[in-house]
Amino acid sequence: MESIGVLMMCPMSSYLENELQKRFNLVRFWNFPEKSVFLETHRNSIRAVVGNASTGADAELINDLTKLEIVSSFSVGLDKIDLGKCKEKGIRVTNTPDVLTEDVADLAIGLILALLRRLCECDRYVRSCKWKYGDFQLTAKFSGKSVGILGLGRIGTAIAKRAEAFSCPVSYHSRRVKPDLGYNYYPTVVELAENSDILVVACPLTDQTRHIVNRQVMDALGAKGVLVNIGRGPHVDEQELVKALTEGRLGGAALDVFEQEPHVPEELFGLENVVLLPHVGSGTVETENAMADLVVSNLEAHFAGKSLLTPVVWSE
Amino acid sequence: MAESPLVLVQRPPTFDFMDELLSRNFPVLTTHHTSSAPLLVFLSRHASSVRAVVSIGRFKIDADFLSHLPSLRLIVCTSVGTDHVDLPECKRRGIAVTNAGEAYSEDVADYAVGLLISFLRRIPAADRYVKSGQWAKCGEFKLGIKLSGKRVGILGLGSIGSLIAKRLEPFGCIISYNSTCQKQSIPYLYYPDVVSLAANNDVIILCCALNDQTRHIVNREVMESLGRNGIIINVGRGGLIDEKEMVKCLVDGVIGGAGLDAFEKEPGVPVELFGLDNVVLSPHSAVATPGSLDNVVQLALANLKAFFSNQPLISPVRLN
Repeated sequence: MESIGVLMMCPMSSYLENELQKRFNLVRFWNFPEKSVFLETHRNSIRAVVGNASTGADAELINDLTKLEIVSSFSVGLDKIDLGKCKEKGIRVTNTPDVLTEDVADLAIGLILALLRRLCECDRYVRSCKWKYGDFQLTAKFSGKSVGILGLGRIGTAIAKRAEAFSCPVSYHSRRVKPDLGYNYYPTVVELAENSDILVVACPLTDQTRHIVNRQVMDALGAKGVLVNIGRGPHVDEQELVKALTEGRLGGAALDVFEQEPHVPEELFGLENVVLLPHVGSGTVETENAMADLVVSNLEAHFAGKSLLTPVVWSE
Repeated sequence: MAESPLVLVQRPPTFDFMDELLSRNFPVLTTHHTSSAPLLVFLSRHASSVRAVVSIGRFKIDADFLSHLPSLRLIVCTSVGTDHVDLPECKRRGIAVTNAGEAYSEDVADYAVGLLISFLRRIPAADRYVKSGQWAKCGEFKLGIKLSGKRVGILGLGSIGSLIAKRLEPFGCIISYNSTCQKQSIPYLYYPDVVSLAANNDVIILCCALNDQTRHIVNREVMESLGRNGIIINVGRGGLIDEKEMVKCLVDGVIGGAGLDAFEKEPGVPVELFGLDNVVLSPHSAVATPGSLDNVVQLALANLKAFFSNQPLISPVRLN
């Protein structure tokens, strides 16, 4: 298989890079000064693209790579892949569901606790040598708070199960009602926000869900409510979010994703009621290795004519 | 003063959240004194009629203090821990002691889980990384450690410990414990001592009471047993850990890291910890929510009312 051209779009995991290097002719997109230079040599030899949450395969790239057969994403999100174009051209797509569900759900709860209990501030405060006897600051309790989950898929469900252990009543909004799970359903995001202390974004990013958390939703969540985003930056109208936070109309936010990563609105840097993470939802050694193994296994299966492990199935 | 004081409140100046409620219900005397001489003089002058002390802030209550309160029959602590109170001396003098019971349990359990996830996923450091502009400049942040599947040993499976266990179960943690009471009804694996608890777990969470048997219960031997990837989460008392040894173990990589809400000599914290990236530090804040404060205020008031009307106390502490 060493002669099969596999294009890796950006550095994402040195373990993955090594594993791909061992098995295929790995071409690193970021080593080329310009796309045109890359295409000159490789236009007709790339049979697979490996992308991630920041760079995938858009329509242009898919059209350019004449021999492209499969796009294998080092992510569960597919928003950086032109799925319509892939479907049109018969190009297969795989992603990394399940292996990262726990880490992302764990981080969502970690973000809620860090935000509500001001854990980052506490750590900073002690390290500043300013702790004096008798100093204390009251923070917000988590147990028992109502949690509203936007998107009750694998990750949303895992978050719900964790929140239940903290005696949190869980509600959700999703494309379809899921009565078996026993949580309270709201038919609109605004109603979900109105009835939640904590709103967690956990749905896929599509044309329908871009800026799904808009000004109206933020106002519904309100000055005592907090927003947690472990989905994609564009789920949230970031400009509106900055205004809502700096004007005190929204109680707080804990964000792992942003519209233009790694750029984060600087107005948020000085806010104590904001926790900002550099897209680390699946960022553990164990999970990244498991994701990498899945990417490699899917590619091997494809080129050996075997069934894909985690194919994206086309909906109607 | 119109009436002789019945209740003495001993607290730091900033902890005034009970003042109004107490003075509405009882004739109250308040002191902020913490050092012996001025305090004892104050007590001699003003506190001969005091029958109950409300202790807010864990100031040391020793034989000297008690001997200056001839009418004292009740000490109401707003902490769960009573390691700052000479319990045998109270017993000798026929003084009952109440604590915060379960007023804080949920918040402390939440906090313990928060510290653990914050440690494993490097949340405070990652937040600093973004807010200092480094993400845009320097690229990807360091990877964290997966929580799911971790073996978590709870030292002290009381009210707080049980709630911690319940919270960690859906995270896929494997729970075990060491406690003064081993019950058949508890679904978790029991270890007979702290060394074996540490040896068989990736994380140990400390939430037992501090007393003569548990002082420095987490010592060098326990930390070596826990091992270089092992993590300590402390939401109990600083005195549960041999702090000097712990600092060495953290610096030398004998243990993997720690999330600490308590220290031996608060607000003093060993400076060596400030430069470490394998610790999450917190200024004894696990109980600091309005809900917990409200709970303990109501509980303290209920204990006082019960005492003054000869009813059974709500949250008495065993004195032997």
